[in-house]
Amino acid sequence: MRIYLDNNATTIVDRRVKDAMMPFFVEKFGNPNSLHSFASDTHPALKCAMGQLYNGINANQKDDIIITSCATESNNWVLKSIYFDHILNSEKNHIITSEVEHPSIIAVCKFLESLGVEVTYLPVNSQGIVEVATLENAITDKTALVSIMWANNETGMIFPIKEMAQLCQAKGVLFHTDAVQAVGKLKVNVSDVPVDYLSFSAHKFHGPKAVGGLFIRQGKRISPLMHGGEHMGGLRSGTLNVAGIVGMGYALEIANRYIAYEDKSIRYLRDKLEDALLDIPDVFIIGDRANRTPNTVLASIKGVEGESMLWDLNRSNIAASTGSACASEDLESNPIMEAIGADLDLAHTAVRFSLSRFTTEAEIDFVIEKTNEAVKRLRAISSSYAYTPKNHKSEL
Amino acid sequence: MAFEDLIGGSIWDEYSQKVQDLMNNPQNQGEITEEDAERIGGKLIVADFGAESCGDAVRLYWVVEEKTNIIKEAKFKSFGCGTAIASSDTMIQLCKGKTVDEAVKITNIDVEHAMRDNPDTPAVPPQKMHCSVMSYDVIKKAAGQYKGVDAESFETEIIVCECARVTLGTLQEVIKLNDLKTIEQITDYTKAGAFCKSCIRPGGHEEKEYYLVDILADVRAEMEQERLKNIADGIVTGTTTATFADMTIVQKLKKTEEVIDEFIRPMLIMDGGNIEIIDIKQERANIDVYMRYMGACVGCASSSTGTLFAIENTLKEKLDENIRVLPI
Ligand SMILES: Cc1ncc(COP(=O)(O)O)c(C=O)c1O
Repeated sequence: MRIYLDNNATTIVDRRVKDAMMPFFVEKFGNPNSLHSFASDTHPALKCAMGQLYNGINANQKDDIIITSCATESNNWVLKSIYFDHILNSEKNHIITSEVEHPSIIAVCKFLESLGVEVTYLPVNSQGIVEVATLENAITDKTALVSIMWANNETGMIFPIKEMAQLCQAKGVLFHTDAVQAVGKLKVNVSDVPVDYLSFSAHKFHGPKAVGGLFIRQGKRISPLMHGGEHMGGLRSGTLNVAGIVGMGYALEIANRYIAYEDKSIRYLRDKLEDALLDIPDVFIIGDRANRTPNTVLASIKGVEGESMLWDLNRSNIAASTGSACASEDLESNPIMEAIGADLDLAHTAVRFSLSRFTTEAEIDFVIEKTNEAVKRLRAISSSYAYTPKNHKSEL
Repeated sequence: MAFEDLIGGSIWDEYSQKVQDLMNNPQNQGEITEEDAERIGGKLIVADFGAESCGDAVRLYWVVEEKTNIIKEAKFKSFGCGTAIASSDTMIQLCKGKTVDEAVKITNIDVEHAMRDNPDTPAVPPQKMHCSVMSYDVIKKAAGQYKGVDAESFETEIIVCECARVTLGTLQEVIKLNDLKTIEQITDYTKAGAFCKSCIRPGGHEEKEYYLVDILADVRAEMEQERLKNIADGIVTGTTTATFADMTIVQKLKKTEEVIDEFIRPMLIMDGGNIEIIDIKQERANIDVYMRYMGACVGCASSSTGTLFAIENTLKEKLDENIRVLPI
């Protein structure tokens, strides 16, 4: 048995989703933009999938939901097109984001900075979220865009997106949210939350990899990043990923059906795991659990370095993470720990468990047992818990 | 490199079997108390290196017999990833039974080699090499404590790249001798900068006192100064060791004029002609001397044949094989 608790990195594709995608590889392989029956074969399923996406986030028919190759593309698109459309040759020159965004936001901001754009990276509080007042103070009349994530991938902490979107709306500043960790896990309703742009990604809600989307509110269109043919109304060229779109639409519909289940049963399992972690001395959990996506817990285990924890868990066939999947080859500490102002000694001790609707109680019980064993073993080796002779002063 | 880099592998796949086994089952992990030391019959030394805030910390325990300076027992505790634990464990194994003076000679390279499954395959991936450096540093720390001296005193040279143990002196010498121009070349020649990469430029995993980019820039600047000075000295004394090709344009022009004055102009003037040098350009391997005929030479039939060859051959012989003379 292998146990997968790294669902914030990617998820298993729901079998029903896979089955729905299968016909579009061989039987119905046509290019939807051609003029013949092979093309028409794909149209009903595509229309249906687009409908599922619009319904899934409660978008208006007049809004756009443009299919992209991933959320990284969606994020790049918004930031770069805002630069071209609203900053270059304009009075505005300022973008606001947060310190804890995904690299697909941070790295683009760094790139835009190299082109002369001013970027403010808002700090988070000890809960790991940006406060509305912090945002309000940062907005100036030069601000072209605010981009703040809906929920954080590492902590699961949910940001006050509705208030922030309303604030930006009132101030006439465009607002984008990276909702990758929210869509399919939380109720995301763009008719209630006045965001202008919203990114999401199918593989985070049991859909296929390499297909994502960007919601663009009516009247807030931006220039395309991918120029080419007339696909997606000319906004995003490239022959449509028919199977991917079909899979993403269906995956979102199914995921939304499970939101109540996840909020109750997966939250229960997550809390059970979290309580067990808290029973271990010197374990510290990041962020109030009531304000987190119900599947995520980020724990700091004093004296246990993150990679060695993953090593021991992996030996027990348990998959977890020390942070962003993109950074797992990296030697550096988990940036979120620094951002929330945690004790420096804890910077390398973060372990993230992220569950899904496929997680079972038996799995969680096993994970609790193995985590305890790993902590015990690694702390026995750890210098943080080592004997110090009376006359020894531990300097650097 | 490109193919290898496109889909990142797991760093764990690059750990040797020995590293993996030691991570799973360290042999020398533990602590030694004062009572233990007394029983074993030696002095307890406890040294710390690294910091949890940096991701790696190790504590070393030694019991040293004072009569013989032999390390009778050794143990470690470590906060760190698998390679840090395995390196610490190996380091302890290498210390045991040695004298303190022998132990300070153990380097991170020795530790890494001891963890290899076969002699030609590194035990850890490049970015984990610095874990073994810590083992080396903590030994120096312990030895310093035992002898009552500063740990730095065991290091007679300045080490710039700790992973590959490359000294400042070596780097300066290699850059000069091989005329190295890029960081990649330095890494190819010395392995400096091939591992954790902290020493290449500021902003890496660790803060350094010396960075390869600065060393390269300094040495290159020094080489350039030396080159100019040599040429200048050579021209003044007439015993130049610098070749014509190495000279600056101004120097080349002067030198060419000298040769023309001595060997060519007198003949041309006898026939009522002359030449004037317009420019000298380095064209890949060639040195092109642009000149203009004056007086009787203009329109002379031989100016594009015999005379031209004579001028070119004289310059070739006296200055450089690769000179081409181009009349305009
Ligand atoms: C918050 C967040 N934004 C963006 C992404 C990138 O998504 P994708 O893999 O679709 O590019 C991720 C996934 O790692 C994420 O967690």
